[in-house]
Amino acid sequence: MGKSIVERAYYLMKLGRVFEERAKEEYMKGNISGFLHLAIGEEAVHVGATLAFGKGDIFVHYREHVWALARGISPKSLMAELFGKKTGVSKGKGGSMHLYEPLLNFYGGNAIVGAQIPHAVGAAYARKYLGHTEGVLVAFGDGATNAGNYYESLNMAALWELPVLFVNENNLYAIGTRIDRASAVKELYKKAKEFMPAERVDGMDFFQVYDAVSRAKEYIEREGKPYYIEFLTYRYEPHSMSDPGDYRSPRELKVFHDKDPVEFLKREGIKRGLFDENFVKEIDERVEEEIEEAVKFALESPEPEDSELFTDIFCEVCTDVVP
Amino acid sequence: MLYREALNRALDEMMEKDETVVVLGEDVGFYGGNYRVTEGLYAKYGEKRVIDTPIAENSIVGNAIGMALGGLRPVAEIMTVNFILIAMDQIVNQMAKLRYMSGGKIELPMVVRTPQGVSKQLAAQHSQSLERFFTSVPGLITMVASDATAAYYGLKKAIELDDPVIFLEHELLYPMKMEIKKRENFDPFRADIVKEGKDITVVSYLKMLHDTLKAVPVFEKELNVSVEVINLHSLNPLDMETIANSVKKTKRFVVVTEEPKTGSFAAEVVSKVSEELFYHLDAPPLRICGEDVPTPYNRKLELLSIPTPEKIAQQIVYWGREHGI
Repeated sequence: MGKSIVERAYYLMKLGRVFEERAKEEYMKGNISGFLHLAIGEEAVHVGATLAFGKGDIFVHYREHVWALARGISPKSLMAELFGKKTGVSKGKGGSMHLYEPLLNFYGGNAIVGAQIPHAVGAAYARKYLGHTEGVLVAFGDGATNAGNYYESLNMAALWELPVLFVNENNLYAIGTRIDRASAVKELYKKAKEFMPAERVDGMDFFQVYDAVSRAKEYIEREGKPYYIEFLTYRYEPHSMSDPGDYRSPRELKVFHDKDPVEFLKREGIKRGLFDENFVKEIDERVEEEIEEAVKFALESPEPEDSELFTDIFCEVCTDVVP
Repeated sequence: MLYREALNRALDEMMEKDETVVVLGEDVGFYGGNYRVTEGLYAKYGEKRVIDTPIAENSIVGNAIGMALGGLRPVAEIMTVNFILIAMDQIVNQMAKLRYMSGGKIELPMVVRTPQGVSKQLAAQHSQSLERFFTSVPGLITMVASDATAAYYGLKKAIELDDPVIFLEHELLYPMKMEIKKRENFDPFRADIVKEGKDITVVSYLKMLHDTLKAVPVFEKELNVSVEVINLHSLNPLDMETIANSVKKTKRFVVVTEEPKTGSFAAEVVSKVSEELFYHLDAPPLRICGEDVPTPYNRKLELLSIPTPEKIAQQIVYWGREHGI
């Protein structure tokens, strides 16, 4: 793993962290509304997987801000989207759970648990059919592994030999239901093992995430077959801003706070001589500035025009015939 | 030619012309399609383009969405509309909303084909008309193919369109002999006046269009009127212009559909006609629909549950006499 990758990773993880902390503040102030699902604590998975995966389509779930930032969606257009502004990445019509940028092969979040998994299988089919070699990454939470479309997709990806990387972010909770109260199989990667190679990896450690996804990417593209990684991770915040989050013990929170992925990467990066304190200071300052600018941009951006209500429903052919 | 062969020809020609067109669904390939609509395509285009899927309707539509995102023009077949209920998340939450939620960044050129309607003694879980579920979803184009011409040109247009389309067929039309009339400029979003008249406007589609046309000579004679019959090719968007022009002329409006009456698509058409054309009407609009019952297995009861040519004629005659026609 090159030095520049680790530097980039620290920048993106810090960017994601500060972005989301600020989004939380802006939510409290009333500048952001609706559902806001924060991924604070899961940055190593979102950034590590995105960087290691490189080229290829990415499909994720509703806890997607850090995935989107890592993929290259700007903090400005992302914050503006959360503010519901015209300059948002989805013109203010999608919100936190619906960020898309096909030019970056980013097919967004999904507000229905697991619904993105069949999309990834279909996209992998299409890419393979058209002669591309790049794989497709799909991320989903532990809760999705109990739903039907999850099993349907494991079956189809394996049956049709499609290069799909299944990324299971096991943060232990489906809203307030702990995974051992929802899944008969406690080690989630075993729920994929009959279909494809599957492993469990520490999702709080950027180096392990990056390494596992790099290996998996190489495998799916070489073999043209799917692969599965369960990342053990944790969200420090409640499920969403409307969740009190009181179902988790202070002890459990402390255990995971001690493994904070951003702090871990900072410590390890310095310890391994991949960057120094000055670099960290520089990045931290740059990130603060960028987020400040993003909030300013979002605040100052205009609301969408009223006419936007009726655009983007049909393509032009049909828009013309609608009275 | 059979109605189902017109659909087959449309698929064949589109696949021949454009290698990004693929077909997927249960039994569509090796087996040839449960209703033989995809017959021969597997042999001609191979298993990569005529894809046999597991029984997983939600994923079939979900896969098709992914294929459309990945650069293909998929045509998914759901064996019958009854099974499409399993795919409603992908249809309603995904397919119909992605363009809007992405601020126009995402385009899904895809078609979901499925037959609906009461066939013969297939009982309640295999005998439904569910167009209401699709037409009530903003952003979801819902086309219907009432005859071989609409089947052939309509399906081709649906595949060419850069929007997702629900394409409804009728199980009893599949084996019917019909001709494809040459209509290179066929526009699915414009309704056809299949018979001109001046006293009553009747709107219908799919099998009920054929039953209506059988009933027409009977009630035209009984009421001494001439009837204008409109055939819809698209339920959403709906060509209200053609309907309005006809109603302004005839001043009387009837819609005939096979679905249960309460909350039906027919109810929506009558609402639109009432709101927009109330002062043009000389009689209350009439809905002739299926009964509000699950479709029974018994043949006698089954026929009581849906409109037939005889019942359509009777109801229009009764309604006509009641309102002074």
